[in-house]
Amino acid sequence: MIAYLIRRLLYAVPILIGVNLLTFALFFVVNTPDDMARMQLGVKRVTAEAIEQWKRQHGYDKPLLVNMQAAGSEKLTDTIFWHKSASMFLLDFGFSDDGRSISGEISTRMGPSLAIALPTFVAGLVIYVSFALLMTLFRATALDMAGVALCVVLMSVSGLFYIIGGQFIVSKLWHLVPISGYGEGGFKFVALPVLIGVLSGIGSSSRWYRAIFLEETGRDYVRTARAKGLSELRVLFRHVLKNAMIPILTGVVVVIPQLFMGSLLTESFFGIPGLGSYTIDAINSQDFSVVRAMVFLGSLLYIAGLILTDISYTMVDPRVRLQ
Amino acid sequence: MNFIPVILWSDALVFLLLASSMAAVWYVRRHEHLMLPWQRVAQSRVAMVSLLVLSMFLLVGGLDTLHYRLALPDKNEGETVYSPEVLSVFDKLADPLRLHAEKTYSAPLAVTLYARESVTDAQGLTWRIYPRLQYGGAHLSNLSSREPDVIRRTATGALAGLSGGVLLVWVIALFQRGRKSAHSTAARQKAGRAVIVAFLFIAVLTGAVINLAAAYHVLGTDKVGQDVLYLSLKSIRTGLIIGTVTTLVTLPLALFLGVAAGYFRGWVDDVIQYVYTVLSSIPSVLLIAAAVLIMQVTIDKHPGWFDTSASRADLRLVCLCLILGVIRWTSLCRLLRGEALKLREMEYIQAAQSFGVSSLRILSRHIVPNVMHIILIALVMDFSELVLAEAVLSYVGVGVDSSMISFGTMINGARLEMAREPVVWWALAAAFGFMLVLVLAANLFADAVRDAFDPRLNRAEMSG
Repeated sequence: MIAYLIRRLLYAVPILIGVNLLTFALFFVVNTPDDMARMQLGVKRVTAEAIEQWKRQHGYDKPLLVNMQAAGSEKLTDTIFWHKSASMFLLDFGFSDDGRSISGEISTRMGPSLAIALPTFVAGLVIYVSFALLMTLFRATALDMAGVALCVVLMSVSGLFYIIGGQFIVSKLWHLVPISGYGEGGFKFVALPVLIGVLSGIGSSSRWYRAIFLEETGRDYVRTARAKGLSELRVLFRHVLKNAMIPILTGVVVVIPQLFMGSLLTESFFGIPGLGSYTIDAINSQDFSVVRAMVFLGSLLYIAGLILTDISYTMVDPRVRLQ
Repeated sequence: MNFIPVILWSDALVFLLLASSMAAVWYVRRHEHLMLPWQRVAQSRVAMVSLLVLSMFLLVGGLDTLHYRLALPDKNEGETVYSPEVLSVFDKLADPLRLHAEKTYSAPLAVTLYARESVTDAQGLTWRIYPRLQYGGAHLSNLSSREPDVIRRTATGALAGLSGGVLLVWVIALFQRGRKSAHSTAARQKAGRAVIVAFLFIAVLTGAVINLAAAYHVLGTDKVGQDVLYLSLKSIRTGLIIGTVTTLVTLPLALFLGVAAGYFRGWVDDVIQYVYTVLSSIPSVLLIAAAVLIMQVTIDKHPGWFDTSASRADLRLVCLCLILGVIRWTSLCRLLRGEALKLREMEYIQAAQSFGVSSLRILSRHIVPNVMHIILIALVMDFSELVLAEAVLSYVGVGVDSSMISFGTMINGARLEMAREPVVWWALAAAFGFMLVLVLAANLFADAVRDAFDPRLNRAEMSG
């Protein structure tokens, strides 16, 4: 197990290097620092000196990959690649365009993101699985058909509609919670985003879980369990649910680490100072250093999720041995 | 000639897509075993009705794809000069909608503007009144005659639509009577009747809307006074293009790489797996954002590439499809790799190998035809996801050009108006409503296709 984990961690390194090189290529080779400076300064104030000054201020005035003027190992280290890209492996994300430390921002903004994303995730999982179990229990009846039809309609509605409509009805018409914001006494700020987050996922997720459960109910062990005279409820909860854990975990565990990143849409609509709204602000102000940092952080968390998924398999299924 | 046809990049891709799907249909029709699952689709009432709705959307999108530029009246030294404005056949048909722009917001079917304005009358007195619209209900002499007029127009339009629809159904039935097909089962006739009913319903709705739209703004007008119905109908093309052209990129990448990885294994598999793990580990919104920002810089740097603003917006749309395609092929690729891994252990493939059939031939004759159902299911499922994604991306600011009419730009422009008093709800409602119908129809059709093609499903269970 330990050896397996170490191997998986080592396997993550080339992937992170790949991500790093890809972002480097996107942000510095295709789109040179000169373009970045021109975009930040605006079309009117662009002069050769202004560009040079902007690049010096933000540390983009070095050569991209190899510095021929430097001596010894500095040939490789005194470059944009080393300072801006390779340093991310040490979780040193540098500074955003407005001069704030990105690492500092990430650590203060993780809290609010998690405050929304974690309850949404937990409540969502419980509700989706229960709804799917309910549909499975009543499979091939009118109730099941209605449930599936509801799911298809719910998943055909744009995610933006849930947010805009929810804000309008709950906050503007009923005045139950503030439209947006985040602060002390968090519950009233968290309730609506969580509710909307759960609602917007119910269609596709419940349908997906229902399909998994239905596939399990066709198997031999279910027939055996029924032949033993177990009640349908017992069959569902004791046997089907347990055996459906593997396909469910495959989709669920991988997103757990990414909860830290928050949701772009929810956070920006509800004005939550988390990482999602940080990202969206960075995209809108075209702050590439923040976008690069978030790309790297995102893939780091994704790979952590993949490893967690493997570990969770061994916990629910004793037949799985990691080696 | 007083116009010149214009083929934008996206138009060319749509024609390419159309040609290839027509070739596919022709091929499938000649092979009985390929027709079988489609006959199962044709037996489903829900699928056929959704297909009808989808083809209505395709019709609007298709008409909106035939572009041209009008010639300007004055000539430049004997040479005809063409207007910089790119129009489409659909624009021509919807001319009254397009040209009847009001000053600002007006509610659906309204005859006055949404906000009061100060008007000075002949005596020099200033009044705060709701000014009459320039076009909406302009034929009415007094406001109280609006309701009867709306009802009368709806009724006559619906009646005209119904009779047109019945006539069309009758003509088609006449042509069909000669060749009774062998597959005409009871389920299929039932589906056929459902399609006819749905078609008549659509005809009635279209007739009523057309008759009303001649004199009113059926869905109101937006901030700059443009007709919301026109905007919604124009958005259809953008949504369809994002949903379909993207697959032109996804499909070859996923097919070649996925099948090759699964069949050849070894280092080929390692490299391809590495590439898609790297790509899928990056949060897709961020990757799209990065690529779109970079594309924007490139487009801004080369203003000389485009002769009209439409062609610039269009190139941005095509690039967006390209970016989405390059980012989204990974999941399909993973599926195909798994399937190819399974297939290569099958006896018939091993038999082919031992006969000395070349790898290329095994791949094209044996592996690819056997993964086609996975591809088809993935593509129809992707379509609705992409249509929804467009709106989100436009909100984030990395979607289509802001001058291009799309559901995303409509929602983006209207979402702040929910805070007004009274609420300006119609633009949002129209965008979400059209999107819901399109995506719902696509989802229902995709489900039927999946049910018909998925070999894992038990046929006996399904026939009930």
